[in-house]
Amino acid sequence: METKEHKLDACESCAFYNAAQLKKLGVNVENADYIIALAGNPNTGKSTVFNALTGLRQHTGNWAGKTVTRAEGGFSYNDKHYKIIDLPGTYSLLSTSDDEEVARNFILFGRPDVTVIVADASRLERNLNLVLQVLEITNKAVLCLNLMDEARRHDIQIDERTLAKDLGIPVVATSARSGEGIAELTQTIAQVASGEITCKPHKIKNLSLKVNDAVEQLSKKLVSAYPDLPNPRWVAMRLLDGDQRIIHALKEGELTV
Amino acid sequence: MNKDKQDQTEEIIDFASSLRWKVGDDFHDKLTEAIYSDAASITSRVETKGDEEKSYYFDTMLDKVLTSRKFGFPIMALILSVILWLTIQGANYPSSMLNTLLLEIIYPFLKSLSLAVGLPWWLDGFILDGVYMAVAWVIAVMLPPMAIFFPLFTLLEDFGYLPRVAFNLDGLFKKTGAHGKQALTMSMGWGCNAAGVVATRIIDSPRERLIAIITNNFSLCNGRWPTQILIATIFIGALVPSAFSGTVSTLAVISIAFVGIAFMFLSSWLLSRTMLKGEVSTFTLELPPYRPPRFWKTIYTSLIDRTIIVLWRAIVFAAPAGAVIWLISNINIADVSLASHAIDFLDPFGILIGLNGVILLAYVVAIPANEIVIPTVLMLTVAHFGISEFGAGDGVMFELDSVSETENILKTGGWTLLTGINLMLFSLLHNPCSTTIFTIYKETKSLKWTSVATFLPIVLGLVVCFLITQCWRLVM
Repeated sequence: METKEHKLDACESCAFYNAAQLKKLGVNVENADYIIALAGNPNTGKSTVFNALTGLRQHTGNWAGKTVTRAEGGFSYNDKHYKIIDLPGTYSLLSTSDDEEVARNFILFGRPDVTVIVADASRLERNLNLVLQVLEITNKAVLCLNLMDEARRHDIQIDERTLAKDLGIPVVATSARSGEGIAELTQTIAQVASGEITCKPHKIKNLSLKVNDAVEQLSKKLVSAYPDLPNPRWVAMRLLDGDQRIIHALKEGELTV
Repeated sequence: MNKDKQDQTEEIIDFASSLRWKVGDDFHDKLTEAIYSDAASITSRVETKGDEEKSYYFDTMLDKVLTSRKFGFPIMALILSVILWLTIQGANYPSSMLNTLLLEIIYPFLKSLSLAVGLPWWLDGFILDGVYMAVAWVIAVMLPPMAIFFPLFTLLEDFGYLPRVAFNLDGLFKKTGAHGKQALTMSMGWGCNAAGVVATRIIDSPRERLIAIITNNFSLCNGRWPTQILIATIFIGALVPSAFSGTVSTLAVISIAFVGIAFMFLSSWLLSRTMLKGEVSTFTLELPPYRPPRFWKTIYTSLIDRTIIVLWRAIVFAAPAGAVIWLISNINIADVSLASHAIDFLDPFGILIGLNGVILLAYVVAIPANEIVIPTVLMLTVAHFGISEFGAGDGVMFELDSVSETENILKTGGWTLLTGINLMLFSLLHNPCSTTIFTIYKETKSLKWTSVATFLPIVLGLVVCFLITQCWRLVM
């Protein structure tokens, strides 16, 4: 008897045991404790990850731009309720297409508790462009390295630990289509949301001295004017780019908490 | 915000503008370069790749074939044909099984039950012969083809074929002044036009999006496939020996689908030269990697999601339509039913365009949903021509066990090969169903464009049927 009980304890103390408790909530996301945004390049399987997390069945398909409406869902994990928003897929947050605007505005103004960036493991370099931009906006992010099965099929290996260290955020390898890694993803989201894991996100490095200097000067000014501004460097870069929407937001005080 | 803060903000914005002069106007490019080089340096540290050429060999080869100038179009036609053939052939058996169950076992049982309870004749007729019959027919005829067509289509979609279709058709779309991504919304329309209209959101330019919305109706939708299949089997399949009739009717249906594509191009071209003039916008089309679809999961989700949802919609629309049909067939003015009055009124015009009053009335009654046109036609024909050997009475929607019985009824109603061909064309070229019209309004927020999308196809349909009929009568 004793050994059996002991075994159970060991099992329950294991963090992943909780994944089994994952209660799928469907769209009933009233009174959410945390808001989670799902960002990523088109056709990286965001909607599949969304479905795997929420138990919903958003239609998925193998073509870019499938998600045309912003889908919302939720799940609960360890007595906490999470509301999750599937953003349209974008390659960048720097230009001004409607999709990019929706995604950027949500991360910027919606202030999600965690931003999950879904990346195609078989096309890492291209996907990192968006990851690096998101990391300039938010401090709380998780990289979901999806389509690992595809990467394996194309004989691509990725050193997830080094990647996590370089990006300064947790990296979870998944194949959402078969459910691989979803339990770990859920747990990591919860840990970042609760502050158990703190992120030190990578900031864009390879700027020329002159440009970097301008960014630094401007962000210093921003910090002294708005001590609460969560992403002064990014706002500085947008101002230097002459982004009218951000100038407007700054004037209206939309950017500070 | 207080005055102080406002001043501070203005100061920062001014400072930013002055810095912008120093940095130069290529800040955007410099930032993008920095991001790219960061991404590249991180990737080089964490990624190990095998022989790239070898690992993408399959994808590259497949793309070479599927998007080649020579084979791209024939392969598209072939794939569409195989899917349709499987749908047409495969749907026969489950359809007749459902038919037996719903109409030969459950219907008589309900009838005897209502007799035992002593329901008044009009209530019994209204509920069982009107509402129940309409619903049963829609389930028996629509469920099997949908349950085959949707999963097959979804498998193709998950595999990554649809963007290749868009790639192949891109040049043609450009020539007509439309957007290449319209190929994607067009193929979504083969499932359901309302879904196709929603999918046009992937097109950024409002002008090209409107073209895609207005012309989506030319994609033969799921509600219309069964009509096409039935009429093709009766009037065109019957022209050849029975061994070939399946193949020939499949080809006929495919031709109609391609006629639809042709009309889509034609009307896109017309629109972009008249009401919707403008530049063609450029876009990048992502050719996603091929991914082996997860077979059973795809089958399951497309069955549960698409099939059941579309079927449910059909039932919701069929029930009241069944009731209306029963009512107009059983309410008499001067000893003649409302339906017969309407048919006699519409007949001269119907004959002029190679159809007849029955078909036109059926389309009026079936505005809510395309899928109930054929049962409406059959019911009205029986009621109007007083054929007593079939059916259970006036205003009873029914499905016959065999195609040949249907054929007998239609021929008694004065149908010819010409009527069949025109019905197939008219079923392709007429106003969208009410759900699609409503969706178009929701998406465009414009009565004008909703009306254009509604009336353009029906005007085209009337003109085409009229021309074909006049030519036919000259030649034959």
